[in-house]
Amino acid sequence: MLCMICKQNEAKVHLTQIVGDKMQKVDLCEGCAKTKGVNEPGGFSLADLLLGLGASQQIAQAGAGEEIRCPSCGFTQADFKKAGRLGCADCYTAFGEGLENLLKSMHKGTKHIGKVPVVLRQSRDLTDLLKGLHKKLEKAITTEDFEQAAALRDEIKATKAQMGQIVAS
Amino acid sequence: MNIYEFLSSPAEMARRTGPHDRIVMSSRVRLARNLRSLAFPGWAKKAERVKSLEVIRPAVESLSQLVGAFSETMDNLPPLDKQILVERHLISREHAAKSVGSGLVLNKEESLCVMINEEDHMRMQALRPGLQIRQAWMAIDQVDSELETRLEYAFSSELGYLTACPTNLGTGIRVSAMLHLPGLVLSEQINQIIQSVNKLGLAVRGLYGEGTEALGNVFQVSNQMTLGEAENDIVERLNKVLLQIIEHEENARATLLEKKPKMVYNHIGRAYGILANAHSISSKETMNLLSLMRLGVDLEEFTSKDRALIDELFIITQPAHLQKQFTEKLGAEERDLLRADMLRERLSLVARPTPKSGNSGATDKPA
Repeated sequence: MLCMICKQNEAKVHLTQIVGDKMQKVDLCEGCAKTKGVNEPGGFSLADLLLGLGASQQIAQAGAGEEIRCPSCGFTQADFKKAGRLGCADCYTAFGEGLENLLKSMHKGTKHIGKVPVVLRQSRDLTDLLKGLHKKLEKAITTEDFEQAAALRDEIKATKAQMGQIVAS
Repeated sequence: MNIYEFLSSPAEMARRTGPHDRIVMSSRVRLARNLRSLAFPGWAKKAERVKSLEVIRPAVESLSQLVGAFSETMDNLPPLDKQILVERHLISREHAAKSVGSGLVLNKEESLCVMINEEDHMRMQALRPGLQIRQAWMAIDQVDSELETRLEYAFSSELGYLTACPTNLGTGIRVSAMLHLPGLVLSEQINQIIQSVNKLGLAVRGLYGEGTEALGNVFQVSNQMTLGEAENDIVERLNKVLLQIIEHEENARATLLEKKPKMVYNHIGRAYGILANAHSISSKETMNLLSLMRLGVDLEEFTSKDRALIDELFIITQPAHLQKQFTEKLGAEERDLLRADMLRERLSLVARPTPKSGNSGATDKPA
């Protein structure tokens, strides 16, 4: 049997943990067991090994009560706990709430800062533009500036059409 | 296509140079990307992985940066070829274990490489010799920007690029450099450095990445956090830390030469002695001793033209590269004999190390 972490060396450390009615097994080589700090078979879980201490608790919290299942790919909370990986892009929505604490513990923040695909950037810009136009339109109507309001309505219509094009392409 | 017609020779590889390459062996920036509508490779069934490979591979092959690239599915690559690619750091060990439904696209210069269906649908990386993480980021950013017009990425405005493992979420970026740090190891400062680098949220790993030991005094330093920080900030932060580690390494070497020259010359002289005269030697011992010879070049105990030879030996003495030079299948023991034969022959052209003039009579100062 090979070590589950390095997948290179013979697994010599075998640990079994029972959480509730579920059994988890971890097979590691001596080197990986040492680096992961698994010296005594105290409380630990595979998700802890893969994702850092405390991860499994946070994952478990997410599924408190009933088991969540991703509607797109059928991935479950238990699968995540076992693999430490998610099933598909939609899993992030399905397991969203429970993931937040996990993300907080492993990253600098929980909101993405950085590169955004151009297509999405454009539609994001247009959404902002649209919001601004709607505000101006409201103001124009309250001040009874109907000439301005008509111009704004045309502009909103054109912006919406542009957005539709981006989404369709 | 045969991969060996495509790959550059180890001698050519060893002649590549870059900024700070005395200490920084190479720089790499890797991006993780996934398709919007298909399950991640680890969860997808075989048929689904084959399908995503069929979608991704032509899109990657058509990139302007990858014209004339080597492209192959992992089930078509023999195990030895995969191992060669691992030893050259072109693919991960995890990817080498993949078969049907995974693929690889590699450009002619071996500076851009896309692993298809590794842990994520796409793991694209740019590699550069020496300290060039900024350049590597710009190169892979361009590849990514072109690819996003051809494939629909899994992206959320809240969480960024969605990845199979939450540790890569957000930017999906892993910026890393491979550092040769014999001075910090010999002066026993390396653990201290590793600890303080860890405190900055950066990871220090061995020669082949995650879960590997630091053979040949080579360490990989990389960012760990990918969410909540922009790519440029991550690159700049790592660059700063790398420059500091370089400075520490240079200081450690200078202090060693001043305080314990005999200890340093002894290590280097013995390394040369064993490598040039052994009749059986493992790849691990070879790497550790070649590291000391490399230090000897930096300290001008060998001529500067010996560096390319040492770097070449670093590559060709590794198990798969050694096996590649012989047609019959070798066992570990046979490899140790043939490795020693090769080292004796190649090092017969290298003159024995001589400490820089004026320093040969120096003695160690009491601690």
